[in-house]
Amino acid sequence: MAHPPTHAPLTNAPHAAGAPDEHQHHPTAGTYFKIGFFLTVITVLEVAAYYWPALVATRIFVPLLLVMSAIKFATVVAFYMHLKYDHKLFRSLFVGPFLIAATTLIGLMFLFGKLAVRLGILT
Amino acid sequence: MTSANESHVAGHHYTTTGLDSRKVAIWAFIGSECMLFTSLISTYLIYKGRSLVGPFPHERWTDPATGRTFNAILNIPVTSASTFVLLMSSLFMVLAHNAVVNKRVPKTTTGERIIGNSKLWLAGTALFGLIFLMFQAYEFTSFVHEGLTIRTNLFGSSFFTLTGFHGAHVTAGVLWLLSLLAIDFKRGLGPEDALNVDLSALYWHFVDVVWIVIFTLVYLIQ
Repeated sequence: MAHPPTHAPLTNAPHAAGAPDEHQHHPTAGTYFKIGFFLTVITVLEVAAYYWPALVATRIFVPLLLVMSAIKFATVVAFYMHLKYDHKLFRSLFVGPFLIAATTLIGLMFLFGKLAVRLGILT
Repeated sequence: MTSANESHVAGHHYTTTGLDSRKVAIWAFIGSECMLFTSLISTYLIYKGRSLVGPFPHERWTDPATGRTFNAILNIPVTSASTFVLLMSSLFMVLAHNAVVNKRVPKTTTGERIIGNSKLWLAGTALFGLIFLMFQAYEFTSFVHEGLTIRTNLFGSSFFTLTGFHGAHVTAGVLWLLSLLAIDFKRGLGPEDALNVDLSALYWHFVDVVWIVIFTLVYLIQ
């Protein structure tokens, strides 16, 4: 005998669409504006770092840019894409392939010597 | 066991997890897109610094055959502006989704009416997406005028392929947004359409995060 889906709320409400409590903890519009401002500030800092020759010449320039980029990436994914509040299956569907992709990228950089040279393992 | 008809309760396509299959599908698609863009970014990084002839991204180059000097080709101020535009379009997108979800919530103040205007934010997102594409068209055109095409060197090949693929994704996103905007004007988007807007929003934000990575790895790291 057929039964309705056990986890699906039988309602037309928007929160029934993705996850059971999908919209209960979403940020407000004000929070979204604050996040937008935060992302803008980091972008300004990135560009400022690019135009600071003394910083560009140091070894921390590239890691600094990568960290700022990672913060922006994580902020958009967590808050704008709601992954922080969404079902763990969605998190797995994104984080799984992302980790495979990131590992592949790092592996390729080692394979072709780019990262090894930068880290001083190869000359 | 759930029949096909019963899995379409109230217009939703539930999976056995209780989650809508369309949202599961868009996340799976975004996961696969991660792989695609990683392959393109990897190609760019592997070929970086291996071009035999210029123009180069961050260094001047003089052609020994003609004596012509080429400046560093990347225009960071222009790209910074286009990055800001794409970031703001992501903000507008999330406000559009917020407005659709809260469409039936009474608005008393002008500020609440502006925040709750989904047409405004959808149009703003599409417009900023178009502005980003115009920046990219300007960049590509200026590169070609300065002597860098997709066939010039390894940098040109990998750069145009990577940013061209991203631009194609932005174009698809703008078309998706414009179709939602047309529906909003025709019959109005309400909370029952929140998932449709959410799907397009997820795609749009993904396009934005890909650009965040490209901006750092391609434009800023010398």
